[in-house]
Amino acid sequence: MLRSIALWLEDRLHIAKLFQATAGHKVPPSTNSWFYVFGSGTLLCFVLQIVTGTLLAFTYQPSASEAWTSLQYLNNEAFLGWFLRAIHNWGSIFMVAIMSAHLIQTFLFGAYKYPRELTWVSGCFLFLCTLGMAFTGQILRFDQDAYWGLGIGASIMGRVPFVGAQMVHLMLGGAIIAGETLSRFFSLHVFLVPGLIIALLSFHLRLVLTKGINEYPQPGRVVIKESYEAEYEEEIKKTGVPFVPHVIGKDLIFSGSLIIAIVTCALAFGPAGPSGPPNPTLIHTSPKPDFYFLPIFAALSLLPAYMETFLVLVLPVLAIAALVLLPFYSGTGEKSYRARPMAVVIVLLALTTVGLLAYAGTFTPWSPHMEAWRGAATPAADVQGRSPLELQGAILIQSKQCRNCHALNGEGGMRGPALDTVATRLTSDQLIRQVIQGSGNMPAYGKNLRPAEVTALVAFMETLRPSYQPAAQDSSKHASSKH
Amino acid sequence: MNETNSDCGCKKAAPAGSPPAKSVSRRNLLLKIGAGLNAIAGALVGVPLLGYALSSFTRTSKTSWISLGPLNKFSEGETRLAVYRNPVSQAWDGDTAEIPCWVRRVDSESFQVFAINCTHLGCPVRWFQESRLFMCPCHGGAFYEDGSHASGPPPRGLYEYEHKVEGGELKVLGGHLPTLAEPLKKEDV
Repeated sequence: MLRSIALWLEDRLHIAKLFQATAGHKVPPSTNSWFYVFGSGTLLCFVLQIVTGTLLAFTYQPSASEAWTSLQYLNNEAFLGWFLRAIHNWGSIFMVAIMSAHLIQTFLFGAYKYPRELTWVSGCFLFLCTLGMAFTGQILRFDQDAYWGLGIGASIMGRVPFVGAQMVHLMLGGAIIAGETLSRFFSLHVFLVPGLIIALLSFHLRLVLTKGINEYPQPGRVVIKESYEAEYEEEIKKTGVPFVPHVIGKDLIFSGSLIIAIVTCALAFGPAGPSGPPNPTLIHTSPKPDFYFLPIFAALSLLPAYMETFLVLVLPVLAIAALVLLPFYSGTGEKSYRARPMAVVIVLLALTTVGLLAYAGTFTPWSPHMEAWRGAATPAADVQGRSPLELQGAILIQSKQCRNCHALNGEGGMRGPALDTVATRLTSDQLIRQVIQGSGNMPAYGKNLRPAEVTALVAFMETLRPSYQPAAQDSSKHASSKH
Repeated sequence: MNETNSDCGCKKAAPAGSPPAKSVSRRNLLLKIGAGLNAIAGALVGVPLLGYALSSFTRTSKTSWISLGPLNKFSEGETRLAVYRNPVSQAWDGDTAEIPCWVRRVDSESFQVFAINCTHLGCPVRWFQESRLFMCPCHGGAFYEDGSHASGPPPRGLYEYEHKVEGGELKVLGGHLPTLAEPLKKEDV
């Protein structure tokens, strides 16, 4: 009975043929490697995101006035709603991570070279679409960070020459960040970008079958356009093994571990946010993007102002072009990373840059600590045995909010230098000038401090040095006194 | 005969009996009419759809005068937060249509009203009464009490609203998120 059903299905659907042309297609045995599991892992994450996202849409309200509340409901009341949100969040994090690994692996293994140019190009666009999903998804978590994240996006758009204002309107769907903004990001996140991903993914997978998967590269085995395809076909004919069941084992082990890792993270760390409600009048907030965008957030603070617009608007276009066009200017030759030292250097450099910027982005040393002036006490050692004038200065250091940017004993902002040993670096004249006129990144306080206050402040700062280090000296005065 | 067949990309010979050249040209004609008809149909659907999708690109901001409340809300020499509801808003905008701004009353007659958004990347600046500075939490921009740039990455001073005093109330001209491309005062562009 079962057999006859199977035979009937086979007759109508040609399953055996379909299997041979797809899952059972022959691949070089060298691809049975742990380095070749990232593509299927990314695909699995995508499927997981579609399933959890569809379920989230059962409850989520894409309305500026309701979205935040519906997330609270999912977190706190809906049965397992928090778990669904947590899986969707961690699924996205893993998807970006695994996809980056896939990108790096195919780059290092020269998989983008002839004749797989379009596999690489479609993969690059899939990567960009996935980052687009990460950004739009973060907006759908319509909280304070999402609101001000849109503000940051709009401010960047506002730097586009000639059509800046129009670009802002197009992005926000109006003149302000409001209902229409959320609705269009919902449409992007749920319909447009996923649709694009499915189309690109079909193309990507079709090419994997048409042009075959990249063999494990060997140094010295260079790609020559005239002979490569014949060699590859020859290899498949001689030694090729069907992907299923010969090679899929490692993919299965990786995919299973991936799902378990996502579920474990979801259980251990729960869903992300939402943070405070998207009410722009609640201004006591320090907006911060999700971790994938921390490197950009950090770069925007650390870049010199004059190159900011160029680096924000032009550099990404150039970088994406360099990535997408890679197979067209480096399409032949050595594939193995062991014979391509520059490829390894580029990957290490990119990872170091992104990693360091993300690290800086987690504690934002460039931001003032808004509450340090009333939250971080003056260290007792700095006030013991001081004169009344110096103590008055110690009070001013707090009340004039110097501590928001300047740390004492490790507490306070990091925007300006710590003041613990300031007296060893600056003389009293220099201190007075710095306070009154400011310079570099310090505002001038001349208008906001009375002369007596400056005197007290500087008197206090002159005491800020360890007993074993001399105070800074004005060498010109020193020289003139000797005459 | 064979040549005309290869023109339309067909490999099979036309059925015997019917004059081949004629049937091919009719097929060609139908193909052309079909393609043309679909191009017209596509434009009929596509152009309005694109127009709808991109309408916000060409839309200009509507600004109007909005009251921030009676003058006595603002003390002389002080800077404080005021909130207005954006003049163009939808029922489903919720709290997002509530727009905050900083009002500085210089003396009994003169005011300055600043947007909350930092000119660097739009984050909300906070007023610090004691040091008389606006500070931004995102990338550390700072502004003096008159809105001018004090330090950090912002490329200019705070965005300032056009304002007027009318009927004992302070009014500002607002309606859109200020950006470098579209600040609040025309002369600032």
